Amino acid sequence: MTWTRRHLITVEELSLREIEQIHSTSAAFKKILGRNVKKVPALRGKTIVNLFLEPSTRTRLAFDMAAKRLSADVIAFDASSSSTQKGETLRDTAENIQALNADMIVIRHAAAGSPLYLSKILDIPVINAGDGSHEHPTQGLLDTFTMKEHLGSLKGRKVAILGDILFSRVARSNIHALTKMGAAVTLVGPSTLVPRGFTALGAEVSHDLKSALADADVVMLLRIQHERQGHRHFPSLGEYTSMFGLNKTRASWLNPHAIIMHPGPINRGVEIDSELADGERSVILEQVTNGIAVRMAVLYLCAGYQPENVIASTE
Amino acid sequence: MAPPKTIGPREVHAAIERLAAAIKARHEHTHDLLVLGIANGGIPLARRLCARAGIRRVGDLDISFHRDDIGRHPIPKEFTPTLLPGDVNGATVLLVDDVLFSGRTVKAALDELFDHGRPAKVELAVLVDRGSRKLPIVADFSGTTLSAREGEEVVVSLGDDPSQDQIVIRARGPRAERAAARR
Repeated sequence: MTWTRRHLITVEELSLREIEQIHSTSAAFKKILGRNVKKVPALRGKTIVNLFLEPSTRTRLAFDMAAKRLSADVIAFDASSSSTQKGETLRDTAENIQALNADMIVIRHAAAGSPLYLSKILDIPVINAGDGSHEHPTQGLLDTFTMKEHLGSLKGRKVAILGDILFSRVARSNIHALTKMGAAVTLVGPSTLVPRGFTALGAEVSHDLKSALADADVVMLLRIQHERQGHRHFPSLGEYTSMFGLNKTRASWLNPHAIIMHPGPINRGVEIDSELADGERSVILEQVTNGIAVRMAVLYLCAGYQPENVIASTE
Repeated sequence: MAPPKTIGPREVHAAIERLAAAIKARHEHTHDLLVLGIANGGIPLARRLCARAGIRRVGDLDISFHRDDIGRHPIPKEFTPTLLPGDVNGATVLLVDDVLFSGRTVKAALDELFDHGRPAKVELAVLVDRGSRKLPIVADFSGTTLSAREGEEVVVSLGDDPSQDQIVIRARGPRAERAAARR
């Protein structure tokens, strides 16, 4: 199968085969990251603009690193010192970046749908690095890649996602990836942050922490996103921690082989105790390393896409 | 359009035999040699040559990320990762590929190789030299030489069953034609 996608906007629109192709390409790039010369010339001469209009540490660094490992030139767009502060619209900013001869845009934006919007008005590939509470496709892809490294096939595996699901783009991208790959997803947390409506995405919803943890091969913790919550969804952080925070006692309910994941940034002592975040079941830093390989794969595939009509007419 | 031309197993085996003999003649101590098949076509040939010439250190070289034509060719679904059976630094490396055409593949293979270290010497062995070079590259060893036209492709099959081995020279499909036009 040939890669035919120019943009990566959501995991929801990807087929299982496309997810598998991203994973196998990521595995090839991960090997390169272990060499002496950690760089290949695949995207030499291309310019990638990181348009991050929302704070980010891991994702921006990983995209930056990934582009450099592919020998592309990377330009980081600093929102605080740019003309967006003078009222320039997203459309104008993006069209100007394209006019400056960029070959690709990686965008993070607080508004859901902004990457899709850009993909419709620009001629160059657009990669979604997180849009509001909608999707964070590369995170979902790197999380499932990390799970596969530990568990092999995810078919029939059980994944518990614990925490602020309502506002989490990471949860949405993971739910789509995991259900396509045949895993069973259980969402756990207070009912205000884990509404029943999520069953429509093919996930189970539970408010019983003990049974969800006892069953899981993977427990993925999510940060409480204060910045997206307009009003309080639980009385206090302390109360959240006492009800749903992962501590030693609760971790003892887990399967002995289960792994603990977190997309970062971690609020130590809120959703997870430090001891567990740094413990041997934690794969949190592996997720960060894999994030480079997966983003290299996404940049490489979208830069090298073959338009659907060309392939259809010649095969 | 000319019908496809096929070179059968007997001639293919004779060509491999010639290659192995020439390699042995030049390299008295083949245990120093690092033989690397260029993925994917060079891999079975490298294995065959090493079995014939009694060379133990044989590996694979993946050049996918060193190609200079991203966006012009479909990206493969699977990658055969580079596998080095020994240290490249100071080694004498023999690159092996099935067909030598423009020379771009060999150039990419050299780029990939030098990312792993600094070999003392690099040589090139190919089963078929079909001419039409676009880069200043010459094979040290070639099994057979053809003069295929630009519009033709040369396909080598070296499978698990040696009695099915063959080289086919045929007109390119429309897709390969288009890819060639963009080269």
